[in-house]
Amino acid sequence: MGVAATANEGNAHIHIPHKEGFLTKYVFSQDHKMISKQFLVTGLVMALVGMGMSTLFRLQLGWQGESFAILKWILGDVWAPDGILSPDKYLALVTMHGTIMVFFVLTGGLSGTFANLLIPLQIGARDMASGFMNMLSYWFFFLASVIMIASIFVEGGPASAGWTIYPPLSAIPETIPGSGTGMTLWLVSMTIFIASSLIGGLNYIVTIINLRTKGMKMTRMPLTIWAILVTAILGVLSFPVLLAAALLLVFDRSFGTSFYLSDIMVQGQLLDVSGGSPVLFQHLFWFLGHPEVYIVLLPALGISSEVIATNSRKPIFGYRAMIVSILAIGFLSFIVWGHHMFITGMNPFLGAVFTFTTLLIAIPSAVKAFNYLTTLYKGRIIFTPAMLFAIGTVSTFVTGGVTGIILADSALDINLHDTYFVVAHFHIVMGMSAVLAMFAGIYHWFPKMYCKMMNNKLGYVHFWLTFISAFGVFLPQHFIGLAGIPRRYYENTAFPMFDDMLELNQLVTWFAILGAVAQLLFVFNFLFSIFKGQRAPQNPWKSNTLEWTTPVEHIHGNWHGALPTVHRWPYDYSKPGADEDFIPQTVPLAEGEVDEGAGYGH
Amino acid sequence: MITFLIYAVIFLGVAALVRLAMVYQASKELRGEREENVSASENSWNAILFIVFMIALYAGYIYLIFEYSDALLPKAASAHGFKEGSIYSIDALMNINLVVVNIVFVVINTLLFFFAFKYVREKRETAEFFPHNNKLELFWTIIPSIFLAFIIIFGLTIWNNVMDADKEVLAADGSVVEPVVIELYARQFDWHARYAGADGELGMANVRYIEGSNQTGVMKNDPNSLDDIIVKSEFHLPVNVPVKFKIRSQDVIHSAYMPHFRAQMNAVPGMNTQFTFVPTITTNEMRQDPKVMRKYEKINLIRSEKGEDQVEFDYILLCNKICGASHYNMQMKIVVESQEDFDKWLSSKKTFGDSEGLTTKSKKVDNKLAENLEIN
Ligand code: HEM
Ligand SMILES: [Cu+2]
Ligand SMILES: [Cu+2]
Repeated sequence: MGVAATANEGNAHIHIPHKEGFLTKYVFSQDHKMISKQFLVTGLVMALVGMGMSTLFRLQLGWQGESFAILKWILGDVWAPDGILSPDKYLALVTMHGTIMVFFVLTGGLSGTFANLLIPLQIGARDMASGFMNMLSYWFFFLASVIMIASIFVEGGPASAGWTIYPPLSAIPETIPGSGTGMTLWLVSMTIFIASSLIGGLNYIVTIINLRTKGMKMTRMPLTIWAILVTAILGVLSFPVLLAAALLLVFDRSFGTSFYLSDIMVQGQLLDVSGGSPVLFQHLFWFLGHPEVYIVLLPALGISSEVIATNSRKPIFGYRAMIVSILAIGFLSFIVWGHHMFITGMNPFLGAVFTFTTLLIAIPSAVKAFNYLTTLYKGRIIFTPAMLFAIGTVSTFVTGGVTGIILADSALDINLHDTYFVVAHFHIVMGMSAVLAMFAGIYHWFPKMYCKMMNNKLGYVHFWLTFISAFGVFLPQHFIGLAGIPRRYYENTAFPMFDDMLELNQLVTWFAILGAVAQLLFVFNFLFSIFKGQRAPQNPWKSNTLEWTTPVEHIHGNWHGALPTVHRWPYDYSKPGADEDFIPQTVPLAEGEVDEGAGYGH
Repeated sequence: MITFLIYAVIFLGVAALVRLAMVYQASKELRGEREENVSASENSWNAILFIVFMIALYAGYIYLIFEYSDALLPKAASAHGFKEGSIYSIDALMNINLVVVNIVFVVINTLLFFFAFKYVREKRETAEFFPHNNKLELFWTIIPSIFLAFIIIFGLTIWNNVMDADKEVLAADGSVVEPVVIELYARQFDWHARYAGADGELGMANVRYIEGSNQTGVMKNDPNSLDDIIVKSEFHLPVNVPVKFKIRSQDVIHSAYMPHFRAQMNAVPGMNTQFTFVPTITTNEMRQDPKVMRKYEKINLIRSEKGEDQVEFDYILLCNKICGASHYNMQMKIVVESQEDFDKWLSSKKTFGDSEGLTTKSKKVDNKLAENLEIN
């Protein structure tokens, strides 16, 4: 308990109280830096699995009904008889892909990595408030990941009702093969995942509120920390609702209740259910589901704010407006969930209300976009790989955001709901933005995590191939959606009307393959740099934030001697009158110097 | 053997990459490049690549717009979807949205990539310290707000009109045209359509009544059921007459999606949903539409290359909510035609009463049963 106990005794000299064995150092570590790396590696492995799945089912969509030796080789005879993916296993792959990407990569992986790494380091704390809970959070996450992967191999296959697992499809095993054991494991895994995310989130919030070092006022926190704080609050408030929804589903599945079921006959069998409503599940699911989008997105925007300011050598423009925007987005995200349900038979008046609240979110989002632009404006930009990815994030955030304006309009959603237009929209605005920002974060903080530098050249190739394939995959999908092609369709050949889209689908698949191959470069760079990379200097990007004042080699408690004292906001880049183009937060204000973060007094 | 070769190639490739990276790194250390993370040429190249990327992105986008404009949905075939000379329709709203959205997309991305290009380190002595500007921030809070207010009001006006289930159409003589009432019944993995028949009222129905040939669970005791007409695989609509859809599901959630009419509504078990629209273009007229003709020419070309038979334009009903393994193939053909043709088609179909052998109309509804069952 040594670290946690002394965490807020700012000046106490840290002695490592116990000898560390391999197990306590690398496996059951309570050190936030190690836990962060554990989250990262687990998240990356899950990302490779999720990406691999998308490549496999993209083969089917590009060349519909054609046989591929590789499908047979990887998936076997049951999933892909004669090398042709079977329709229900297509849905199984799509469902697993979505679940893994949203929850395991971009929630667990992204937040877990950067919240753990950055909170103590950027606010000047020895560690998280509770190292033990932090460790628990990781191991719950790990367990959830293992169960989710294991569910792929059970009889009948994994959950196949889409990542949104709407009942009755998810409630009645006879309706689709994956709704048997696979679905049960999905629910078990997600329950553990939610526990992990709650434990982690509470820890993040408590740490940020209580363990800031001397001088680290809320208005001096880096935007990464602000974003992570709001993200954690969203998670803590919304994940329990998903848990409740999942538990009720468990009851419906196993204990004969009918919360979500009514008047159902499956395969000639009348079920003894009445009075429930499938729409109730959707309300509960999306009460989490929409905030979830921002749980994915806000850390991404926090990371890109940090990286863009540092590498433009300029303060982030409108620091306060950025904070207010994050808060506004966080608040609004709780009252927009109905935009996923315009055509469920919900009262049209409610639909109107949700259109209104949803479009309101565009305002703080627009403010953020303009502020990023103005940060670049008249900067002195250094294109580290992280900077490229951060700029990519802004681009996809805007590109995917604008189609959100269309989908938020209930009248337009009637015709676009559940088409590929939606797939294009959420992949760009949430998937790509968050993935690009996650890479930005990895390239930027790799020196802090592994004490080594990553290779720039490989980073550049990785970025450009990824960025090109991001648009190559998802831009054409808008057109596929506007042609009326529904999502979650195994093939479109049953409708001659869609025949002229086959070519475009092939193009998309080619870009998906290109994107997947590009990620191998990253994996190589990542592993190579860990073992053979150049040793990192202490502050490679000439950044202001506190993490770069810690020694390169990891030590428990993060700082030798006393905790640093903070004197200024984190964005004093290129401040007139200074010798260098950056002034770390630990440098006291000069005579008459104004701290920009503390107040806009002029 | 082949597998072994593949593994060998992969292994050698990775090994070569490792060697290369190490040599590169060693040479870099020798040259003493450790201080500067990003060299001047690397930096300038990336700046230029942003511009190249931007041009390629826009070029690709424009290509897609031209190449695929015919492939997209034709103008809406319903009154709420498209109205000549009026902006109160879904298509008009969509077009206005698309214009605005494309402007924002292009302007912001262009600024982003252009700034990345222009303000690269190599062209700059210093960066400007510009932490905030309240007026500017206020400006770009207010501009989107005004625009959004407009979108919201415009959008919701149309939404209210579209969702009005009791839309009326006036005939030439000023009288109200009687709507056609149709139930769309979804189950894994097909659709039924049930016409209310001469009385304009659908008989009650519930999954509990499903037995034998009564596949959609219509209540035989209900006198309104007798003249109902149930069809599969194809259903017809009279042009310029309001069609009231009542939508029901037997098992899981499905969604009745009729893209050409800009119409969609979920089919939810245990619930009755509805959607009303007025079809305005007959199937034959649609087949004469130049855009549709171009689309089907292309489709038929593709089909003949693959040795598949030629097709003509048809309206369709699709399922658009994941509902099981055959979700991708759950469809019904829709034919829109003149009132006379429609009447002829409908009268050629057997009524529910006939096909179930229910001859008398004297049977009373079993009211108790009906009350207990929350009849749909
Ligand atoms: C490697 C690049 C990716 C490709 C090629 C890809 C492709 C696809 C495709 C084709 C679908 C199926 C659409 C459908 O049938 O409904 C899909 C679904 C989905 N993807 Fe991705 N995707 C990629 C990355 C991501 C990422 C990074 C995320 C993270 C947000 C993500 C989240 C989802 C979700 C949530 C679904 C919906 C699953 C469902 O319908 O249940 N994808 N993806
Ligand atoms: Cu949402
Ligand atoms: Cu269906």
